[in-house]
Amino acid sequence: MAGPSIDALGQFRLTTGLGPIGHAVNFTNSNEMMLLSVGLIIVAFGLTLRTRALVPGRMQSLVETLYEFVHGMCVDTIGEEGRKFFPLVFTLFIFILLGNLLGLFPYFFAYTSGIVVTLAMAMFVFLFSTAVGFYIHGFKFLKFFVPAGVPGWMLPMLVPIEIISYLSRPVSLSVRLFANMTAGHVMLEVFAGFMILLTASLGVFGVVASIIPLGLNIALMGLELLVACLQAYVFAILTCLYLHDAVHMH
Amino acid sequence: MSGDHGRDSFEERLAKARGSAGLDRPVRKGPSDKVADSNAIRIAMRLGVEMVSALVIAVVIGWGLDRLFHTRPWIMIAFVPVGAAAGLRNVFRAMGPGSNS
Repeated sequence: MAGPSIDALGQFRLTTGLGPIGHAVNFTNSNEMMLLSVGLIIVAFGLTLRTRALVPGRMQSLVETLYEFVHGMCVDTIGEEGRKFFPLVFTLFIFILLGNLLGLFPYFFAYTSGIVVTLAMAMFVFLFSTAVGFYIHGFKFLKFFVPAGVPGWMLPMLVPIEIISYLSRPVSLSVRLFANMTAGHVMLEVFAGFMILLTASLGVFGVVASIIPLGLNIALMGLELLVACLQAYVFAILTCLYLHDAVHMH
Repeated sequence: MSGDHGRDSFEERLAKARGSAGLDRPVRKGPSDKVADSNAIRIAMRLGVEMVSALVIAVVIGWGLDRLFHTRPWIMIAFVPVGAAAGLRNVFRAMGPGSNS
């Protein structure tokens, strides 16, 4: 009996969008979603901040709250120098947040569920914070890898540990976001698949029993909303932490 | 007045020094149990990734060096404990005293 089956990973398959032109340049559905979210951000910010009312309306206060939230995060974590890095952190935060949230809509591709995308962002953050460290401190930045107050004979052991710990940053940064988004979407699809399987195999009783996975899916959706915001926040705050390390060296 | 001022700045400096030496854990506003529970899951996820990623990086470096010097598998073996230690270092840095998460 070849009934319906659950294809939980099919949703992450990349296809080309925009017809033959997109096919020729490998413009994927992931890229489509990126363009959509960037467009949404620009339009939302452009429209809501156009009036610049002293007493903000709903949309303007939403945008201003986001802005001030990230700004506060930058200044609190990095210090006064954090103002310089605010555009970078805010761009990353809003791009990941929109990607996570848009990905929750049915038929929308979540580009943050691709390790390629998250690793590219994490590598950029890693290389950028390292460059900032060398730019501010010069070669003294290498002292970052020498823990303070350690007897000299232990250094040959500790310095490699510190270096590997430093190198593991982009991996943990990217895997965390990727794994959270992928796991969430797989779970949603599996529970949705249960409904189809139940109806196909048990008939009317299956339709009634489908209420259980449906309820679970609704609860999961709430959880995924939380995870979407949380992971964007975590990515942004870790970017701030790494920049803090680069600026202050401890 | 000036005496009070001097003591205040001393308390400030003392707190700062203790903080940077890792003697004080930062005082947190007590979160409710529910928030604490969801935080615990998040922290567990985060720390797992932190530990494994350091080990993965160490193994990859060791494997690359082995390929370079044709000494498979010795450098990789040597890098595994280093990577494990780096993973623990990551966890300590993320959760230990002086961290702000």
